[in-house]
Amino acid sequence: MEYFLIIVSAIFVNNILLAQFLGICPFLGVSSRLSTATGMSGAVCFVITLATVVTYLLNQYVLVPLGLTFLQTISFILVIAALVQMVEIILKKISPSLYQALGIFLPLITTNCAVLGVAITVVTKDFAFGGAAPHMLNLGQATVYALATSLGYGLAMCLFAGLREHLAGCDVPKAFRGLPIALITVGIMALAFLGFSGIV
Amino acid sequence: MSKWHFITDGFVKNNPTFVLVLGMCPTLATTTSAINGLEMGLATMFVLILSNIVISLIAPKVPDKVRIPVYITVIATFVTVLQLLMQAYTPAAYETLGLFIPLIVVNCIVLGRAEGFANKHGVGESALDGIGVGLGFTASLTVIGLVREILGSGSAFGWKFIPGDGILAFVMAPGAFLVLGFLMVLFNKYLAKK
Amino acid sequence: MAAASTLKNMTLCLTLVCLICAAVVGVAYAVTKEPIDAAAQAKTTASIARVLPEFTATPQEGSIRVGQADYKYYKVDGAGYAIISSTSGFGGLLTLMVGVTGDGKVCNTTVLSHSETPGLGAKCATDERFLSQFRGFDPAAKTLAVRKDGGDLDAITASTITSRAYALAVANAVEVFNQLNKGGQGDE
Repeated sequence: MEYFLIIVSAIFVNNILLAQFLGICPFLGVSSRLSTATGMSGAVCFVITLATVVTYLLNQYVLVPLGLTFLQTISFILVIAALVQMVEIILKKISPSLYQALGIFLPLITTNCAVLGVAITVVTKDFAFGGAAPHMLNLGQATVYALATSLGYGLAMCLFAGLREHLAGCDVPKAFRGLPIALITVGIMALAFLGFSGIV
Repeated sequence: MSKWHFITDGFVKNNPTFVLVLGMCPTLATTTSAINGLEMGLATMFVLILSNIVISLIAPKVPDKVRIPVYITVIATFVTVLQLLMQAYTPAAYETLGLFIPLIVVNCIVLGRAEGFANKHGVGESALDGIGVGLGFTASLTVIGLVREILGSGSAFGWKFIPGDGILAFVMAPGAFLVLGFLMVLFNKYLAKK
Repeated sequence: MAAASTLKNMTLCLTLVCLICAAVVGVAYAVTKEPIDAAAQAKTTASIARVLPEFTATPQEGSIRVGQADYKYYKVDGAGYAIISSTSGFGGLLTLMVGVTGDGKVCNTTVLSHSETPGLGAKCATDERFLSQFRGFDPAAKTLAVRKDGGDLDAITASTITSRAYALAVANAVEVFNQLNKGGQGDE
């Protein structure tokens, strides 16, 4: 049951983009077309989940026992950078077309606040789902949380990409064209997602 | 000294928030009040100046293929130092900014200026650029925070001048996007006029 | 302008950078360890001072398991217990420090952290009318629940869930106090 609550909370209630403000830069940059948006979301989903698992293990078995938690920031970002490099190499071999489509955005996943943000949240925050006592997540819960969070990211991104494709054909006042109208659209989306608060 | 334009550039021509559109995550998340925006801007500026200086110093010696991991390590070091200093000497600000302090590492502004400026210019210019862009970022965050605070809580810099609650949506998630969007429109109009 | 990207250069550079950075961070850690501990200590002492009557003794930290959860508490000789209690609020975890004096009455409560909605549930940290109900609350005479649930507490307008969570946190703390009083200290 708790896994279900983790999933619902991560996708809707505390949507990483619309409520936690993580991962905004690529969100605004890649979302003008639905096809690139889905590709990007998939890559981000993979990196977030993998990175969370690896950094969780690193924290639990190396940093905490040795009392080196102050090295969290440095070690986590280096792990993420290495993982992204690996994903790039693998993707180039397996699917060169997707690799081309993602272009510059793939290495940019390293600087995606969402990846580092989720990794740090999982090892520092206490969670209390559905009346359970507050506790830190174990590896299984952390993995589900990371997976669900990236699904929420993908959901927000694809919704937004669809909206933007539509916006491109609308008559937008000159000063609003491009980013301003996109931001206002996201603001209204965020308002809509606010309606989910209190569910879990 | 013609080098001062590096500082003024950071406010208008190279304004990280409204022109370069970088560092969006902390911009939206930490501007719930003017003071929070100010604190976040100053924290980022601290890292920006130091990393610009160090990277401009070591750039000539760093092999091209490893420059990104090296820059990230340098930036992460300064962010960790900042974290420790804030935890020790400004615990209130440390708690308010929370997760976004370590996230300065992945703030596109810092890596962007390191990669796009500091590794091609001298120490003095890089420092000035760090100050300029840092100040521009701080100013933008403070302005956004001020607007959200006035509309959302009826106060400015903590001084409450409208009793009761404001339009709460502005201190919550949607408000951040909406205020940023509208301020960007104003900024663009101002730039177009010049 | 950069050095050549040979394997030797790259490895040397990366290793050197990592070593220097680790050293810098290590120094910073050593320098700031004491102030960080002092700041955390000051914060805890300030919270305890808010929830218990004036005291001069040093608070002693302890931990006890009641039901499904572990509770951290501070025993202050001559004043009572300051118990840290967390519940699920509306927007996330609601953590309180509850001061219970020797006679079993709640002296005062203070919010340590919350993620409640600004203007609604967030009022649990500032609303004088709501908070004053807990000062000197006698659990033996009245029930620690909101009126809707048959208790004696007025909830915050339009924030029933937060108010319920607050009341539950205080009730849990009182339960912890009873356990502590009954069975002696928990594990230190």
